Amino acid sequence: MPPIPGSGLAKGLAVTLRTMTKKTVTEQYPDAQPELPPRTRGVIGLFEENCTVCMLCARECPDWCIYIDSHKETVPPAAPGGRERSRNVLDRFAIDFSLCMYCGICIEVCPFDALFWSPEFEYAETDIHELTHERDKLREWMWTVPAPPALGPRRRGAEGTRRARKAAEKLAAAQEPEPEPREGES
Amino acid sequence: MNDALDVALRLVIVFAVFLVLPLVIGQTEHKVMAHMQGRLGPMYAGGFHGWAQLVADGVKFAQKEDIVPADADRRVFQLAPAIALLPYLLVLVAIPIGPGEGAVGEVVDAGIFFVLAIMGISVLGSLMAGWASANKFSLLGGLRTAAQLLAYELPMLLAAASVAMAAGTVSLPGIVDEFEWWWLPWQIVGALVFFVAGLAELQRPPFDMPVADSEIIFGAYTEYTGLRFALFLLAEYAGIVVLCGLTTVLFLGGWHGPWGAEGLGWVWTLLKTAVLAFVVIWLRVSYPRLREDQLQKLAWTTLVPLALAQIALTGIVKVAIN
Repeated sequence: MPPIPGSGLAKGLAVTLRTMTKKTVTEQYPDAQPELPPRTRGVIGLFEENCTVCMLCARECPDWCIYIDSHKETVPPAAPGGRERSRNVLDRFAIDFSLCMYCGICIEVCPFDALFWSPEFEYAETDIHELTHERDKLREWMWTVPAPPALGPRRRGAEGTRRARKAAEKLAAAQEPEPEPREGES
Repeated sequence: MNDALDVALRLVIVFAVFLVLPLVIGQTEHKVMAHMQGRLGPMYAGGFHGWAQLVADGVKFAQKEDIVPADADRRVFQLAPAIALLPYLLVLVAIPIGPGEGAVGEVVDAGIFFVLAIMGISVLGSLMAGWASANKFSLLGGLRTAAQLLAYELPMLLAAASVAMAAGTVSLPGIVDEFEWWWLPWQIVGALVFFVAGLAELQRPPFDMPVADSEIIFGAYTEYTGLRFALFLLAEYAGIVVLCGLTTVLFLGGWHGPWGAEGLGWVWTLLKTAVLAFVVIWLRVSYPRLREDQLQKLAWTTLVPLALAQIALTGIVKVAIN
């Protein structure tokens, strides 16, 4: 049966009328904060204590927006007769967020977990130079980093966690008899 | 002296309505359109749900520099917005909103003629603007406006003539006085033709080919800024008020309603006008713009025959009743 003439027009009107009765999707941002999804990439925080100045982040950064300066210090031997060790000391760590494209490679590549994503995003400036955040500012962002969200039951990571737990339990079961003699020893 | 006062008072009231109702419709369009698209629309100006958005817009327009292009035909260019806007004010004077002498700005005996003739003038404003701007886009827009006026004035007149035949008078209050509820199904085709043709004459979407902003910038209004541009916009919304008011008076029985026709007749008129204005906005949100040839085709091959058929039907029924 051919469609009734004008049914398409009526359908169009129905769509707009239905949309009008539904709730709007507008978020009134400055008045109400948006609900950001977990792992939102807002700004990068630096956990300075973990940084070893390995420079991996600066070298992997696609647009070279990470600046790292450091110098070497000699640490006296830990035990008498040992030899002196040298150690990197961080002088400057800065990220230029006017260049950063939020790819997250620096965070992925950091072998010591010194860089973290924070969901904070309200750091617009009137001067572009202000967007280069120095280490103290990056440290401040660190305090806004949320705890990692729990893994959902259907995530791929969850399967890994389950296997790891199983393996750990198996191991624990195998080692079960052992702790008792140890207790007796001490 | 008393007569002069009476006339002055009526004109002041009509003028106030002329200034307020288009703004109300404009604000409604902001909000309805937004919600039909899942948005909120203006929320800040004035505090409560952005009610003063159009006031703010007006202030903004008033602050802008009034520019006349160097090659433009200066006088015509400056006169065009007034030509576009004033006819609607004149039409509004003749539209009755309630029964009796008190509820109409001025009783015009040949109301339909007066109203339709004056409404046609306002399109001249766009034509003047398009010609005087010395801009190819404006010229294209102006000529499209002219073509649209030619195409749609005819079915509009024919549909209105059908009502005049049914009522046996061309006076607007006279037509509403004659109205019976069964005119609604009787004249429904004429009403649709009149409304659609009126939409096209106002260049409202989906008939906004003359101002199609994605292809000819803003048609005849491309070169306008500031208050003159605002006047064109105001003319569009005043046009909606007039079109909806006229459709109400001619086809929907004006102040007649299921109850309360005596004291509250004007409420019925305003209510019907408001519903029609909503439909105008609704159509704008729902439908894409017609192409120029589709526009002409709709007028000449659909609306004109329909209007003629309506006239024939009106004549037959009229003769049968008598």
